[in-house]
Amino acid sequence: MKRIKTIETRNLEKSIKDGGCGECQTSCQSACKTSCGVANQECEKKN
Amino acid sequence: MIHQYKLNGYNIVLDVYSGSVHVVDDVAYDIIHDYFSEEKEALTAQILEKYAGQPDVTREDILEVFDDIEELRRQKKLFSEDIYEPNAYDLKNRHTEVKALCLHVAHTCNLNCTYCFASQGNFNGERGLMSFETGKRALDFLIENSGDRRNLEVDFFGGEPLMNWQVVKDLVRYARSIEEAHGKNFRFTLTTNGVGIDDDVIDFANREMHNVVLSLDGRREVHDRLRRTINDQGSYDMIVPKFKKLVEARGGKDYYMRGTFTHNNVDFTEDIFHMADLGFTELSMEPVVCPPEDPFALTEEDLPKLFEQYEILAKEMIRRKKAGKGFTFYHYMIDLTHGPCIYKRISGCGSGTEYFAVTPWGDLYPCHQFVGDEKYKMGDIWQGVVNEEVRQDFKLCNVYAREECKDCWARLYCSGGCAANAYHATGSIKGVYDYGCQLFKKRMECAIMMQVAETN
Repeated sequence: MKRIKTIETRNLEKSIKDGGCGECQTSCQSACKTSCGVANQECEKKN
Repeated sequence: MIHQYKLNGYNIVLDVYSGSVHVVDDVAYDIIHDYFSEEKEALTAQILEKYAGQPDVTREDILEVFDDIEELRRQKKLFSEDIYEPNAYDLKNRHTEVKALCLHVAHTCNLNCTYCFASQGNFNGERGLMSFETGKRALDFLIENSGDRRNLEVDFFGGEPLMNWQVVKDLVRYARSIEEAHGKNFRFTLTTNGVGIDDDVIDFANREMHNVVLSLDGRREVHDRLRRTINDQGSYDMIVPKFKKLVEARGGKDYYMRGTFTHNNVDFTEDIFHMADLGFTELSMEPVVCPPEDPFALTEEDLPKLFEQYEILAKEMIRRKKAGKGFTFYHYMIDLTHGPCIYKRISGCGSGTEYFAVTPWGDLYPCHQFVGDEKYKMGDIWQGVVNEEVRQDFKLCNVYAREECKDCWARLYCSGGCAANAYHATGSIKGVYDYGCQLFKKRMECAIMMQVAETN
């Protein structure tokens, strides 16, 4: 596409099937302790 | 739903429900903006008129953009629909195992910081230290209630946890002695003000702590203004050498230098750059959480300045990275390809369901920010959760529970925000802390822009 470039991202719809294991870090344990954001949490699954 | 914005020379289009990110030129940006509000022919004419001075913008070219948009819609990467709401409550109910505890091993502190949300360590209650027996029972409680979860997180928190260091070490040793038999992997975090750091702490923490959070507000004068010793002295000179020694010996393991900014240092990027210039590379800086009447509370007038600061930070981080002097900022760490799944994005931090705070006396609260508020006491580590009403409230407190989030593009990045912030701002955990939302959205725009910049 000439005028639109799509950055590779995780497919959220697909993650209904391949997500949900719950092994990821609790969001605010790692550093903030006073706010909530999940966007910066890494998925624990390797695939 | 989409969100489009321009930042640092990039035109960015986020497709909220697929998580897709598109970088577009001005022509595509304008077409996407008016795609549903204008007829195709009218929009084509408008674009041709607007870009009349650019020979490469032809009718054919514009029609190609329309085709590209339709192709992205077919691929469900643009204007995708919300398919998650019908399952939101089920999604949340799936996760009932406990996987993380914030262990308040010391409700006392050796600093006297003016802005402390824990009221100088005692959370508006009695001072006290957690006994080994109580801590041991908390770890057993965690294992017993963790189901199939393998990774269990324990944050040694306070007050100041180094004031009960021997118990911390004994608890780590106890956890290590039982984790294999139970098929678990403990990940410990130590959150400290640094005053009590010595060689023993450095050695033990660097061996056993998965993460270490070190409290530093940045420049000496900023740090010393609010982070005061019991004798009302600044603490910067006492702690910075200790932090440096700990981090140098850490061998690349995770840590964060974590600061708080207030109305006193709206130019907080100077504090982040100061930390980076001290040689620290893993940085976090949080807006102060306090009642609006406090003199250091952030104000509405501060907001545009803070937005500007976040942009300055993002641009400077890009510059420093190119110069080989990069550092990370907690809120700008975003992994577009390997980030959180939709379950995580809907359910949020897990407070009151997957995550609890434990007081020195073994009482359970939804998270550290609710400790001391009796109506949120959920039970204790011997009986477990007995306050089902509060548990149910937290279970259903997800992004779809908040009316204000309904049309917000950032809802799957923040999952509805912090329940404690919402409660303190509105009186309800299902409310919205609007000030925090505005800062969060700005941070996300910057974080995604940085990812885009990486690919260009």
